[in-house]
Amino acid sequence: MENSKNRILMAKTGLDGHWRGPTIVARALRDAGFEVIMIGMANTDDIVTAAVDEDVDLVGLNIGGHIDVAIRAIKRVQEVRPGLPIFAGGTIPPHAAKQLQALGVEVYPPGSQLADIVDAAERLTGTK
Amino acid sequence: MAGNRSHLARLLSQIERNPEVETEVRLALAGTPATSVVIGLTGPPGAGKSTLISALLNHAVASFNKTAVLAVDPSSPFSRGALLGDRVRMQSHGLGDRVFIRSMASRGETGGLARTTATAIQVLDACDWPLIVLETLGIGQVELDVMDLASMVAVVLNPGWGDTFQANKAGLTEAGDVFVINKADKDGVQQTRADLQDSLSLLKTPLPINVFETVAVKQLGVEALWSGIEAYLKEAQQLGLLEQKRLSRRRRLLIRILQRDFDVRMHAYLTSEHGDNQILGALAGSLSIEALRADLFEYIANVD
Repeated sequence: MENSKNRILMAKTGLDGHWRGPTIVARALRDAGFEVIMIGMANTDDIVTAAVDEDVDLVGLNIGGHIDVAIRAIKRVQEVRPGLPIFAGGTIPPHAAKQLQALGVEVYPPGSQLADIVDAAERLTGTK
Repeated sequence: MAGNRSHLARLLSQIERNPEVETEVRLALAGTPATSVVIGLTGPPGAGKSTLISALLNHAVASFNKTAVLAVDPSSPFSRGALLGDRVRMQSHGLGDRVFIRSMASRGETGGLARTTATAIQVLDACDWPLIVLETLGIGQVELDVMDLASMVAVVLNPGWGDTFQANKAGLTEAGDVFVINKADKDGVQQTRADLQDSLSLLKTPLPINVFETVAVKQLGVEALWSGIEAYLKEAQQLGLLEQKRLSRRRRLLIRILQRDFDVRMHAYLTSEHGDNQILGALAGSLSIEALRADLFEYIANVD
């Protein structure tokens, strides 16, 4: 996948310190050939800076806690990097999922299959 | 070449992704003098390199005004993917625009660096990043390409290092201009220092090699380390060592380019029908090794 768009930024928003889910997703993406830049629990500034400086091809957000935090980050990323695909997983209640989808973010709630997430990453980055 | 940050970021991606762009950029920058200082930081996994860089950033930016960090991690040989987790330990620096952190995957290179790391450094240099910290994984003799690109190399180890990395000690002890025993709050610091100093005493170097102790997560020993780094850089500059290193650096890179060209052509020979037949002939005894070698060299000299 060397010549293609395969750099993914993975960050966690919100206060929940649980990091098992995102690590498993990161590994699955790595096993599918992606280069995954994991920045862990990050505030909006850190997410935006990473999205720009690392020139990633896709952003994956693991959302814990309040959806507003994630939405702020998403809007800022969309301002500085219009067109950059974003997908999200984590604890996302239905009303929050709708807000994310309204922003063009694909949502993968708990129970989503890893294979579907990997497929989504490939589709969103155009690597398949 | 002073574009803005997002241009720089995109250019670095283009260089990684597209060998033609990389060549264009190298040609465009060929005449530009290299002025940035490159500090290589290497050591085994878990030594605390990223945390140490994070702790050093304030000092680095105070001295150099701006600091770029290139963190290289190995790609999976199976999937070619990679987990690039160094940035997370460095990003809460609060230094805003004065720090630029970029993660790179090695993409199959075995020397600890990516094929395009040298070009990335050239670009950062040209874009006015006066200090570039290059972080790589280094265990022993194989992963020491960082020496080719850095003005100075800091090797980061943990207490007890001597016990577990016996076979590879030699390579690593020859790589460093300064050594850091990080996580120095753990047991075994004095033994590790003694082991290190034993190995280092066998080397002849123009400048003494100092060993520092740090606990990076607690910011302990970090200021002393930075002073040591600056003192080394100053003396090395005065002795003309930095210039010498730049030259030997460029020489090593040139040789690697030639080696790579050679390898590509040899591979072409081996996978060609002609080459395959020649080898079968040599194995069957109908072609001497000398004749095979002559044929190979002629192919390499003439192939496009």
